[in-house]
Amino acid sequence: MSERTENDILVEVRDLKVHFPIKRGVLFDRVVGQVKAVDGVDLSIARGKTYGLVGESGCGKSTLGRALLQLTPPTAGEVSFDGVELTTLPSGKLRSMRRRMQMIFQDPMSSLDPRQNVESILTEGLQTHGIGADRTDRRRIIGETLDAVGLPRWALSRYPHEFSGGQRQRIGIARALVLGPELIVADEPVSALDVSIQAQVVNLLDELQDSLGLTYLVIAHDLAVVRHISDTVGVMYLGALVEEAPSDRLYTEPLHPYTRALMSAVPVPDPDVEDRRERILLAGDLPSPANPPSGCRFHTRCPWAQPTRCADERPVLRNIGASRVACHFAEQIASGELRPHGVSAQIVRPEGEGDTPGVVSAPTEPGSYV
Amino acid sequence: MALLEVEDLSVTFARRGQRAVHAVDGVSFSVDAGEVVGLVGESGCGKSVTSLAIMGLLPKQPGLSVGGKAVFDGTDLLQLDDRSRRDIRGRDIAMIFQDPLSSLNPVIPIGLQVTEVLTRHRGMKGETAAKEAAALLDRVGIPDPKRRLKEYPHQLSGGMRQRALIAMAVACQPRLLIADEPTTALDVTIQAQILELLKDLVRDSGTALLMITHDLGVVAGMCDTVNVLYGGRVVETARRRPLFRQPRHPYTVGLLGSVPRLDAGRGEKLNPIPGSVRDLLPWPDGCAFAPRCARRTDECVGEPPELVHAHDGRSYRCVNPEPLPGMVPAPREEESA
Ligand SMILES: Nc1ncnc2c1ncn2[C@@H]1O[C@H](COP(=O)(O)OP(=O)(O)OP(=O)(O)O)[C@@H](O)[C@H]1O
Ligand SMILES: Nc1ncnc2c1ncn2[C@@H]1O[C@H](COP(=O)(O)OP(=O)(O)O)[C@@H](O)[C@H]1O
Ligand code: SF4
Ligand code: SF4
Ligand SMILES: [Mg+2]
Ligand SMILES: [Mg+2]
Repeated sequence: MSERTENDILVEVRDLKVHFPIKRGVLFDRVVGQVKAVDGVDLSIARGKTYGLVGESGCGKSTLGRALLQLTPPTAGEVSFDGVELTTLPSGKLRSMRRRMQMIFQDPMSSLDPRQNVESILTEGLQTHGIGADRTDRRRIIGETLDAVGLPRWALSRYPHEFSGGQRQRIGIARALVLGPELIVADEPVSALDVSIQAQVVNLLDELQDSLGLTYLVIAHDLAVVRHISDTVGVMYLGALVEEAPSDRLYTEPLHPYTRALMSAVPVPDPDVEDRRERILLAGDLPSPANPPSGCRFHTRCPWAQPTRCADERPVLRNIGASRVACHFAEQIASGELRPHGVSAQIVRPEGEGDTPGVVSAPTEPGSYV
Repeated sequence: MALLEVEDLSVTFARRGQRAVHAVDGVSFSVDAGEVVGLVGESGCGKSVTSLAIMGLLPKQPGLSVGGKAVFDGTDLLQLDDRSRRDIRGRDIAMIFQDPLSSLNPVIPIGLQVTEVLTRHRGMKGETAAKEAAALLDRVGIPDPKRRLKEYPHQLSGGMRQRALIAMAVACQPRLLIADEPTTALDVTIQAQILELLKDLVRDSGTALLMITHDLGVVAGMCDTVNVLYGGRVVETARRRPLFRQPRHPYTVGLLGSVPRLDAGRGEKLNPIPGSVRDLLPWPDGCAFAPRCARRTDECVGEPPELVHAHDGRSYRCVNPEPLPGMVPAPREEESA
């Protein structure tokens, strides 16, 4: 780790917001509210490093990743990539920037066109961006990319359905790599894969970073995976970062109550560790991002919530040691001065649900569970 | 005697013009009363088919054949007619699935679905049944249970639905609960709630639990005995601690080397198993793991390896298992390379 690379910021996100209108109505779409999927995120990603983003489903991870790449237009905020502000960039310029920022998706099958063979999947991007002098040159680039991701040459003439999940994810990675990007946003890159295959892909991502100097934003709900590949981890809750810390610190010294709960909830494949661990069980469900709690968004489930401030004052990210934490009482909680208390669970409605069942189909085998 | 004794269970799906799929190929394991037993393995290894076969819930399609035995408390479940099997299913064995929505009836309020079980299997009626239903919802941690009774499954979150399903499963006070990936669709903090609930329920009621999962962390936290499945066979059976401390079957070793650990440092190296299941299907003759195995020898092909019962009470299907430290000084060339 040299000083230079540590201070070399490739991506800088400032107060990024992505709000989606909630529409109702039969004839006219009426906007009845806003889903605040991302609601004020600041973060920076160092060149050649991996930033991991974790959080439970619906907390806004994917939306943040897409907004960063300008695939979803941000409602507010700034994103600068290598010193260039993307949110105000004319679309033509943005298109040529896209080559430098690529994305890998969770489900390789649905992100690959089933009618295209691997060669045409890989050639497409090269042609779009005018990479490679001629056909031979493009073939050379594609060949090198296949080698890099560990796919054989005969894969070129095959179609996505002819590959296993792990191989398809390699195709997805190859499609991103072939353009020679600097940043790769990987959204749940291994969650659809079996553990033995997951490890192959995780190692591949690691090796590619070492050899190509890539910068990653890795989005995943699996904390162990994220911690394994990340230098820095950001924890999201309801559209905002609640804690950001060097990857090692997050497990040994979680500072935000939500991070503590999250860390304590992840099962570790070691009976000795499991038997010794104290779980912080959170009460109830994640509140809806369409109707987030006031003040600290975690206060409805926080075992350390206090009668003052928590319900009415939204905590901002503050530096505490090497971490950034959004909690009014982080120091007192860390020192043990404040103790956790019981929290009663509150019911959270699934989104878009009415009082009676909408479309109803008979279950295949009613009562088959008994 | 074991509460459930599965012996040489096999399930084959034959389709016209295609090679038959031996989804389950001679699976044996047992569950003692009050014990938590894990069935662990990657997708397609036969976990769900095993449990569905035991419960008699496999789709009745031409070409399906089920062999072997599944003896529950002295009765072979596979020999029962549909009616008696349904009786046992309600009274003595209950099952919960990954997706609670598919096993809850969408047009019937939760409360009615729970009281129905109470009426059918415990002979409760009216007020008594409703009271007990509310108590059950409360027991599984559903807030404001009296009001929830009137609600439909779609009005509850995924975690609450899974709780409702667990309430229904334990309503008949079964002696065996089969849970097939009950937390896979849930977020990790909700998973922790549900696993804790299941642990409490088994501890308090003495119900045995057959826990089906792909997550070794879940197994480490709650199973007394673990069965590792690969290619439709149980390849290793051991108590929880010895399995994690000293796995003997190369596949178990490979699985453990593949999972990143939350408590390990950034430098931790993963040791993936090379290749994938997809490349091998249908399973090769002999040891199904052979094409991916670093300890493969000439003996591994041809006949499937016999089940070896080790002196320490564990068993594995492997002719060249991972040696125990200090016991077998078998040299391993691959390791120094
Ligand atoms: N196009 C859209 N219109 C309306 N709401 C949306 C849209 N896209 C996302 N959302 C909502 O924004 C919130 C954040 O979504 P996002 O997909 O980023 O979550 P996530 O953290 O990636 O979750 P998961 O792990 O389930 O993918 C959710 O409540 C989601 O329903
Ligand atoms: N109805 C079916 N027809 C044909 N093959 C099936 C059927 N159900 C399951 N299989 C096959 O049986 C094997 C084991 O499946 P399953 O038990 O569902 O795996 P898992 O361990 O993921 O639960 C797989 O190869 C699967 O494709
Ligand atoms: S600010 Fe209050 S409610 Fe929010 S995490 Fe800190 S203690 Fe909990
Ligand atoms: S029997 Fe042979 S191929 Fe199979 S797991 Fe054991 S050593 Fe490996
Ligand atoms: Mg997502
Ligand atoms: Mg299954």
